[in-house]
Amino acid sequence: MAGAVAAQAQTQDIEVLHYWTSGGESKAVNVLRQRLEKEGINWKDSAIAGGGGANAMTVLKTRAVSGDPPAAVQMRGPVIQDWADQGALVGLNAIAGNWNRELPPAIDAALKYKGTYYAVPHWIHRVNWMYINKPALDKVGGKVPTTWNELFDLADKFKAAGIIPIAHGGTPYHDGVYFEGIVQSMGVDFYRKAILEQDQATLTSPKMVEVFDILRKSQRYFDDGIQGRPWNIAAAMVIEGKAGMLFMGDWAKGEFANANKVPGVDYVCAARPGTEGMFTFIADTFVFFKQRNQPATPAQNKLASMIMDPAYQAEAALYKGAIPANTTVSLSNFDDCAKKSSNDMQGASRANGLVPAMNQGIPEAMLGAVRDVVTRFLNSNQDSQSAVQALARAARNN
Amino acid sequence: MSILFDRWLPAVVLAPSVAASLLFVYIFVFLNGYLSFTSSRLLPRYEFVGLDRYRELFDNDVWWESVANLFWFAAPFIVISTIVGLTLAILLDQRIRAEGALRAIYLYPLALSQVVAGTAWQWLMNPSLGLSHVAEQLGWRGASFDWLSDPSRAIFCVVIAAVWQCTGFVAALFLAGLRGVDEEIVKAAQVDGASKPLIYRRIVLPTIRPVFFSVMLILTHLAIKTFDLVVAMTAGGPGTSTILPTIFMYTYAFERGRMGIGAASAMMMLAMVVAILVPLMYLESRATRNAA
Amino acid sequence: MPREVTIGRVAIYATLIVFALIFLTPIYVTIVTSFKSLEELRRGDLLALPARFEYAAWIKAWSTACTGVRCDGLQPFFFNSVKMVIPAVLLSSLLGSINGYVLAQWRFPGADIVFTGLLVGFFIPFQAILLPAAQFLGFFGIANTIGGLILIHVVYGIAFTTMLFRNFYVNIPVELVKAARVDGAGLFMIYRRIFLPLSLPIFMVCIIWQFTQIWNDFLFGVVFSGPAARPVTVGLNNLVNTSEGVKEFNVDMAAALITALPTLLVYILGGRYFVRGLMAGAVKG
Repeated sequence: MAGAVAAQAQTQDIEVLHYWTSGGESKAVNVLRQRLEKEGINWKDSAIAGGGGANAMTVLKTRAVSGDPPAAVQMRGPVIQDWADQGALVGLNAIAGNWNRELPPAIDAALKYKGTYYAVPHWIHRVNWMYINKPALDKVGGKVPTTWNELFDLADKFKAAGIIPIAHGGTPYHDGVYFEGIVQSMGVDFYRKAILEQDQATLTSPKMVEVFDILRKSQRYFDDGIQGRPWNIAAAMVIEGKAGMLFMGDWAKGEFANANKVPGVDYVCAARPGTEGMFTFIADTFVFFKQRNQPATPAQNKLASMIMDPAYQAEAALYKGAIPANTTVSLSNFDDCAKKSSNDMQGASRANGLVPAMNQGIPEAMLGAVRDVVTRFLNSNQDSQSAVQALARAARNN
Repeated sequence: MSILFDRWLPAVVLAPSVAASLLFVYIFVFLNGYLSFTSSRLLPRYEFVGLDRYRELFDNDVWWESVANLFWFAAPFIVISTIVGLTLAILLDQRIRAEGALRAIYLYPLALSQVVAGTAWQWLMNPSLGLSHVAEQLGWRGASFDWLSDPSRAIFCVVIAAVWQCTGFVAALFLAGLRGVDEEIVKAAQVDGASKPLIYRRIVLPTIRPVFFSVMLILTHLAIKTFDLVVAMTAGGPGTSTILPTIFMYTYAFERGRMGIGAASAMMMLAMVVAILVPLMYLESRATRNAA
Repeated sequence: MPREVTIGRVAIYATLIVFALIFLTPIYVTIVTSFKSLEELRRGDLLALPARFEYAAWIKAWSTACTGVRCDGLQPFFFNSVKMVIPAVLLSSLLGSINGYVLAQWRFPGADIVFTGLLVGFFIPFQAILLPAAQFLGFFGIANTIGGLILIHVVYGIAFTTMLFRNFYVNIPVELVKAARVDGAGLFMIYRRIFLPLSLPIFMVCIIWQFTQIWNDFLFGVVFSGPAARPVTVGLNNLVNTSEGVKEFNVDMAAALITALPTLLVYILGGRYFVRGLMAGAVKG
């Protein structure tokens, strides 16, 4: 028995549960694996794709109740604090060093629970992006819209030119991503109150009705084939010029890069209408589960500090289409969209506009309930007023 | 000694299975039932809170929609599978050439996992590339088949896929039953000048009554447990129009960290099973007793 | 009269063939797609035969597609499934057979209750028992092992296999057992000498059914397998959820076919025995 434990310590396995299985993300995570294996630590891969991480989280829960959780787990959002509250996670303060100076304050806060770091970020995604096909934009003589009215004018022009105005994927996920952009266009305080804090008065205000009106109007500019369409297929429509605009986070940029499209020439990346001063972020992180109630294993500590390493951060963010979480990393290799993103993040951070995106900032139960309301609204003839009521009720019940 | 041993041996042989089922079925279901009365969210927490979770469940539109969807899925699925399966079985029973090959063709969908079946059908029914695209290319213009993106019809797409997957099995069950019917009785009826439809209606179908029971049992259980097929085909959409109770349960218990509500919905599903199964079993046992 | 019969026969054959074509469409499309190149797929004629048969998608799905940080295709997952499915099928069939034999032929007070009680296991939604099962496996230290997975499949397979065998054995006259007992044979000897030899057709039904169920299972496979023992359905799930940008439908379809190949083979080779076994009495009530 003692021999077995010793052997285990020698080989230093670390099991990693994640759901990064698609092209760019599996490249990014492979960079990390190789670096780790150079240090003599064996990466035991537990990739579980599907359902936006839902399958992986099911596995995590069953593993946790069986008393044998994976050593490292990909995670994002308030569920980090939930797991920390259960006492299941390894605290990282001992290796955190200068993290509080290297990370923007809003992101720093998302990693902590009661003053202790429990998560380490790989990169920062910005969600409030939109992409416009540049040749199509030039063809119809349009400009990048900064308000919803301008956006609908542009959409009409696309329509007249035989271009699908908005490429959308009819999944609760993409519906939610579209919806949060409209809420954010009503102002950062409105977004905070309505979505992050679920304040009933704000949720039932006339502005919220307006949000659903804009959503309903947007729907006229989708095409027929949206049902079940994954977002990357929607991105391909904009890449090929079949469609004009796409509303998706910066990870969609990877699709453009794969197709050898250059920002500013082939496509435009811009903040969504009415959200210029905002940066809605998602921080992809790893958390570390206690193994047999022990404090951090050497392999866990090694992996955690490796993730904040500037060289890894630069390389991984590039593959993922994101920007490094560590603000000390040089962006010289990054494209214009990423540089703009980084600038915007620092600007927003100073002006109180750096806020968690919807699937970073609210618990999964609430997130699912909001998506239910939005996707049901889009797939029925419900009027905005009753959608607002449904949203307020969902907020009360979750 | 030997007599005593003999008397207890059957029970001893069954004991491991009974014990396993007691633990893995009854105790686990009991634990799940207990969870439905607790404040469990992310993980099980055994703190009793009464009926709160059921109150939340009953106040949840999506739950009721999933129950309604189950009905709109199960009823046509069971009826169509039974009718088509029985028809195919009767036709196959008419001394058909290549019966073996046809049977294999009808049966193969059962070999595919629901994930594969759902993916294939999603593709076939996709309005922009599947069958309607083909129909359009063949010059069949107005034939756009967009049920999969129509919230009020998408559930019937799932029905089609499920019928496709199970009908061959139903046909095999009926065929097996038909082959077991005593030919002498049928011949005697033919001699009396009874027509084929009459013979089937009056003699053959009543004798294969138990097969109907088996078919109902199997189809009902498949309908209630359907999960992968819908996840692969529609993921519950468009909107929430094809969410079934199994998907609701999984989503709330595992994805959304509302374990209590998930457990409560599982208990409601079990209640549904019992409500359907007990009368079915009762009717059947009474019928067999009368026949005997 | 003969002409009428002919028209009737034609109608019967026509109906059967039309249904056969409908049943074959999905697999036809899947197969054809797996042999097309991506360029040809983009042109989008779903039902056409491939202009040129390309095997690249099959090779990629089998040995090079990425399913996480690993890029060695479905191959390792496939063999995990084989290791799991064989013991699980054999054990659950054997247990079902013995249980069914005892329940049908060695009637004891309360046998019906025990049978009905076992049958309930057939109907529980498995999502509901995931967590207690995980706790149990963890407690005995067999969570995330192939052994644990086999145990789960056997336990939840017993309800169906017991029902199948009991319904088969119940049609065999009890006099057989009585006579054998007078000759001094015990429970196991009667099973081995008389019932086991009779059971070949029903074993075929049971094995085919259990093989399909266990091979195709995703939920237990993903939750109880651990990183070293993931079955092929999990590999397929990772693979089809992998493609970025242009979705590689041909690779997805090839992977789906590879996953389905063993069960398809079992049905094609064993389908005859399946129906024959059903006829032998499995469905008589």
